[in-house]
Amino acid sequence: MSYIVSIGKYVGMMKEVFSKPERFKVYYTRTISEINTIGINSAGIVAILSVFMGAVIALQTASNMDSPLLPKYTIGYITRSSTILEFSPTIISLILAGKVGSNIASEIGTMKVTEQIDALEIMGVNSLSFLVLPKIIAAVFFFPFLIIFSMGLSILGGYYSVTASGLASHEEFVYGVRAFFKTSDIIYALVKTCVFAFIIVSVSSFYGYYTKGGALDVGTSSTHAVVWSSIVILLTNFVLTQLILM
Amino acid sequence: MVEVKGINKSFGDNHVLHDFSAKFEAGKVNLIIGQSGQGKSVLTKCIVGLMEVDSGSVLYNDRDFSKMNRKERKGIRTEIGMLFQGSALFDSMTVEENIMFPLKMFTKMSKKEMEDRANFCLERVDLVGRNKLLPAELSGGMMKRVAIARAISMKPKYLFCDEPNSGLDPSTSILIDNLIQEITYEYNMTTVVITHDMNSVIEIGDHIVFIYNGRNWWQGTKEEIIKTDNKEINNFVYASKFMKTLKGKLA
Repeated sequence: MSYIVSIGKYVGMMKEVFSKPERFKVYYTRTISEINTIGINSAGIVAILSVFMGAVIALQTASNMDSPLLPKYTIGYITRSSTILEFSPTIISLILAGKVGSNIASEIGTMKVTEQIDALEIMGVNSLSFLVLPKIIAAVFFFPFLIIFSMGLSILGGYYSVTASGLASHEEFVYGVRAFFKTSDIIYALVKTCVFAFIIVSVSSFYGYYTKGGALDVGTSSTHAVVWSSIVILLTNFVLTQLILM
Repeated sequence: MVEVKGINKSFGDNHVLHDFSAKFEAGKVNLIIGQSGQGKSVLTKCIVGLMEVDSGSVLYNDRDFSKMNRKERKGIRTEIGMLFQGSALFDSMTVEENIMFPLKMFTKMSKKEMEDRANFCLERVDLVGRNKLLPAELSGGMMKRVAIARAISMKPKYLFCDEPNSGLDPSTSILIDNLIQEITYEYNMTTVVITHDMNSVIEIGDHIVFIYNGRNWWQGTKEEIIKTDNKEINNFVYASKFMKTLKGKLA
């Protein structure tokens, strides 16, 4: 029953979030600031994870290729496919749910318990729209760039790991990366990314905004935000994969 | 003038406000006093619309706030300033940005005009030159003064203060009380202060409402509250040994 109430609250919240902003200029400035906070500031962790993720995918693929009938370029092909279809959009989004989601929930939760949100409401500002909408726009706009960045670095990580260890040559890996390429795979990945970006920000904002109590409750909200963002991402990933690829 | 008529508010089985009515006049410092848990904060939140009343009405100069939709309320909210117990300054913004925030959102002032207004408000609360400090760099008393500056930046008609002296030393408390009183008279605002600080009652209370068990138990002036023989008020006002001794001497 409480889940149904929460879903109802979430839908009501989103209606408020997408109501007409009081001042477009202020919202624009906030959106630019949020692109920096939740987008550009996440580039470092995305880069590190992507390089090592790509390297491990390539090495594991190579180590599991026992049959001599399988061409070496398969390593590059599998690295590219896994990265573009699943690892970059989904795994990086799960990581961002941890980093960005907890940040958003704790920021909004702290504002809630210190009455800063009440102060906004008293002034006549739609606090939900003011706080959440710029974050949603920033994430939906910028996360696809992060994921493209991640795809490139992941494939690069895979390339260096297999060429440096002699498991495949430069030509073999590059041929595999380019083989059977479909542009629709990129579109599928970016569509997923935009949906995941929306989920991360909206679910985390929901837990932050409805925080009650004190510092301990802000921590609890932050944890719930990460857990539920991740669960919803995984469920949505399953549904989107069925819808788009099948 | 702010008038509340027959307000009721419950949380489940807990009936917090019982048919509460009161009038808060313009140009006066109206105090709502009472022990903790009697419904002072809930009453204020109902008046400013942070909580919805179960029944009854809240009138701002005869405009029924409780019956308005969000859009209609927005108009009145730009006429309200509020000083929160914990100041509620936006901690990611500087002092100046905090004061300029409502101006940015609701006026078409140029940057220069907003800066001038912020400087004027800071001067009014005796914080000249602190424009670029962050709330984390301010003392408790300074934070309250910045919150007052932010509250008056839009030249409000109504000012609500939720325990403005909590966590402050006695001399800073008097400073804040006097500032609230001065700006109330200066701008002819309707000021409502929630407090359980007896110093505030004696210093600035023009009209006092005593809330007990969610009801308007008693109302009057600071002179009357000293002399009343109402048992609940005496238990509250003369709770400390010092006040009891003082009462004995006065008698």
